[in-house]
Amino acid sequence: MRRLTFAAGLAGCLALASPAFAVRPDERLADPKLEARAHAIGQELRCLVCQNESIEDSDAGLAHDLRILVRQRLVAGDGDAQVKQYIVARYGTYVLLKPPLTAETYALWFGPLVILLVAIALASIVYRRRARPANDVKPLSAVERRRLKALLDQPRAEEA
Amino acid sequence: MIAEIGLFALILALFVAAVQSSVPLIGAARGDSAWMSVDRPAALALFGLVGLSFGALMWLHVTSDFSVLNVVENSAVSKPMLYKVAGVWGNHEGSMMLWTFILVLYGLAVSLFGRALPPGLRARALAVQGMIAFAFILFILLTSNPFTRVNPAPPDGNGLNPVLQDPGLSFHPPFLYLGYVGFSMAFSFAIAALIEGRVDAAWARWVRPWTLVAWCALTLGVAMGMWWSYYTLGWGGYWAWDPVENASLMPWLAGTALLHSAIVAEKRDTLKSWTIFLAIITFSLSLLGTFLVRSGILTSVHSFANDPRRGLFILILLATFTGGSLTLYAVRAPALKGGTIFSPISREGGLLINNILLSTAAGTVLLGTLYPLFADALGLGKVSVGPPYYNLVIAPLAIALFLVMAIGSLMSWKRGNLKGALRKLRAAAAAAAVTFILTLVIAGLSARSLWASLGLGLAVWLLAGTLVEWAGRVGLFQRPLAETLRKALRVPRSAYGMTISHLGLAIVLIGIIGSTAWRTEYLDVMRPGDTASIAGYEVKFIRVDDGVQGPNYVATRGLFTVAKDDRLVAELHPERRTFTAPEQTLSNVAIHSSVGGDIYAVLSDPSEGGYIVRIYHNPVVPWLFLGAILMVLGGGVSLTDRRHRIGAPLRGLGVSLRPRPVATPGAAVPAE
Amino acid sequence: MRQAVKLRFAAPIAVFALLFGFLAYRLFLVQQGFTPDLIPSVLINKQAPQFALSPLFANEPGFRTTDLKGKVTVVNFFASWCVPCREEHNYLSKIAKVPGIEVVGIAYKDRPQDASMWLAELGDPYKTVAVDPEGKTGIDFGVYGVPESYLIDKRGIIRFKQTGPLTPDVIDQRLIPLANRLNRS
Repeated sequence: MRRLTFAAGLAGCLALASPAFAVRPDERLADPKLEARAHAIGQELRCLVCQNESIEDSDAGLAHDLRILVRQRLVAGDGDAQVKQYIVARYGTYVLLKPPLTAETYALWFGPLVILLVAIALASIVYRRRARPANDVKPLSAVERRRLKALLDQPRAEEA
Repeated sequence: MIAEIGLFALILALFVAAVQSSVPLIGAARGDSAWMSVDRPAALALFGLVGLSFGALMWLHVTSDFSVLNVVENSAVSKPMLYKVAGVWGNHEGSMMLWTFILVLYGLAVSLFGRALPPGLRARALAVQGMIAFAFILFILLTSNPFTRVNPAPPDGNGLNPVLQDPGLSFHPPFLYLGYVGFSMAFSFAIAALIEGRVDAAWARWVRPWTLVAWCALTLGVAMGMWWSYYTLGWGGYWAWDPVENASLMPWLAGTALLHSAIVAEKRDTLKSWTIFLAIITFSLSLLGTFLVRSGILTSVHSFANDPRRGLFILILLATFTGGSLTLYAVRAPALKGGTIFSPISREGGLLINNILLSTAAGTVLLGTLYPLFADALGLGKVSVGPPYYNLVIAPLAIALFLVMAIGSLMSWKRGNLKGALRKLRAAAAAAAVTFILTLVIAGLSARSLWASLGLGLAVWLLAGTLVEWAGRVGLFQRPLAETLRKALRVPRSAYGMTISHLGLAIVLIGIIGSTAWRTEYLDVMRPGDTASIAGYEVKFIRVDDGVQGPNYVATRGLFTVAKDDRLVAELHPERRTFTAPEQTLSNVAIHSSVGGDIYAVLSDPSEGGYIVRIYHNPVVPWLFLGAILMVLGGGVSLTDRRHRIGAPLRGLGVSLRPRPVATPGAAVPAE
Repeated sequence: MRQAVKLRFAAPIAVFALLFGFLAYRLFLVQQGFTPDLIPSVLINKQAPQFALSPLFANEPGFRTTDLKGKVTVVNFFASWCVPCREEHNYLSKIAKVPGIEVVGIAYKDRPQDASMWLAELGDPYKTVAVDPEGKTGIDFGVYGVPESYLIDKRGIIRFKQTGPLTPDVIDQRLIPLANRLNRS
């Protein structure tokens, strides 16, 4: 079996995860607004080595490189979407932690709503079915109707 | 020798499990009480044997017996004793042993406390437990044997990953498994009910305490995992929607739905097929989680063994139990008598909505977790699903849930008064609105503060709504104080359980909102003498001590003082620990907790004559963990309700909960 | 109406059957080596990115995008600190011996002296070796680990990517046949 043992494998990710160097002071941009944008963009980009962390949180070398790249692109004047597109052009949409809304992901984005609607539909079908026994009731006869009227016309007792 | 005893006990246990799976089941079908009564001794014997085996494994670890492969791979002479014990379950083989041990522990509990259970129900339920035990023991023996020897025995082992050497993490798996495996009890009872063809209030009465125990344990286990992540991983995060985390959340969501559904089944004899279905689904999600984590089909920082062979075995297990139970459900559930009717606006209606929302949430998490695999297999490209997706999609469900929770708890059974409930909740709505506006004003207008204000408003709504419900029960401010106190003492404990747990949930939400919306960070190179300003605190770096000796590491320890308004608040000692077996350097976070939040300091790499220091202020994060504990406490209080005491006959009503054995055609009616 | 009722109870098992089949298929894929952390390249059938790299050895010219034109090239990203790179290194000379294929090495985030010592120890199968000290060109290629190899045709279009070490199977059954096809066209 072909084993993909990258130099910084998954085991390495758990080991690397703890010291959490992540963003280093020397990576940060001087302009706080740009740095905030870089941070926000970075949190939406998946680290491809430690694949369950964003590049902001991951200590992998590639994450460091990508963080620097994001900041370089921002300084060069790219907009947020452009920076993300730059990285997607190289690594594909897998690098986005927030899946894009495309035909391929309709099932993903609308799935929860569908599940909810199905559950509600099932519940109401069952509920309505259970309320049906009322159909067995026969209509009142004339005698019974007169009795009912007499009962209802009686003066009411005081409200408790 | 000990290892061989452990292995042999396990093999014997396999045979006992086979007996427990078959004899009582046949006995229940035939109405043969002799065969049915094999269930309790079998469960006892099974516990004894698996217990012996587990004890043997623990002995091997504690005595550092390096002739056993499992000990070599996971332990070392220098490892502190606590981790020698906890290391038993810190690896795949050991954790499966723990799983099985807890499984037979529950079987023992049924055996000891379930004497008053209807024999047929108990026999069938224990038989199903036996089948699960059989499957897992077989799995261990065939693919995950912890007792294999290694020859020649090395002088020392590989040691345990330093990240796992932590007291909080040591107890996280046992609680998780008490939860996952605990739901197997509801599962077994559900299967027994389906086989028997009857779900009644008595059945729900038996199921509810077991489900409560499992739910409390799972809540505690998940909370411990979050807490551990928070103080270990170094950036103050506690939930990443990682597949393994999701694998624990899904059974929790379904289990919460099950818990609430069981209430309706017990009290109102309705929503019965929902309850059975949820019991099946919850345990199936536990099994699915086990599969996802150990099969290698998903990447995760947490995953244990990525061995497709083991994955295949668990998948077959899943197919057998989930497939089998769902097929049984498809065949038998339609025959279950429908329950009593209720108005859609009623307590039952509210709990039904609760069911729907929680099940949808569980389904959504499952969708997100598995979708990348779907898309990949169907050629839809490689999609990744991360926290932004989950946060966006779960939010509306959570909002709906919180809204309904406060209203639903004020509803009466069968037909509720919505207008009346909303009128009572006016105060809660006002409090929520005030919170919303105040937060927005204080935090300033932005997308983030809008979400945060909404969340806080929702939390206050639930908080106030829960208190309004309790106040209504005891007539607070409406009746004389003495009468209120008297009423308060008479409120049933399960009602207090609900109040406490719902309050806990509201507090958890406050903790989540506060710590994610308003976390601040300080990151810079600090030299001794430097001071950092964060969130109104002054954190001064005093000095660094090198060469601090620990049991199996050497540490560089920093000393920081935290001051507010020129008054010393705390001293922090973050460390960088260098372990020898295996070679690794870890940062140990230092945290100062207070009601308002945490100051969280991490000492990173040395740099430019000083150290890179990372300081966070995480507002109200302790509320998250305290709220979780409150939730568990509520569950515990509910458990102590006299009505839940397992086996307590309804003496007051003069009714025994032991139904007469049903005479099946052709079988002799057993004498009682 | 009776049918709709039965359907409601049978739906879960149907959904589960689908799920089970799907999970079994994924498991099978993992056994074949398609682990979930593998990310397919988005540059297949696209032009190789622009790059101009300095050589590792002083007496060689550097390596740039225009050098890809006119021949079929295997570009191999490696590093001296990469353990699996040692495994595939022996097979690289096999590829280099095939007429019509040039094998070029790029030392990814490696110090030049370490890379040259590594090659001195293990042998040098490459036509030329370039350095990418900061991994910038690697990012442009979509590299996320080492070793990774790209098969590029005569017009500079990427036709195949191997994530992880090249194995004899992949070389014999996919890489070389494809390279030969590209040479003929």
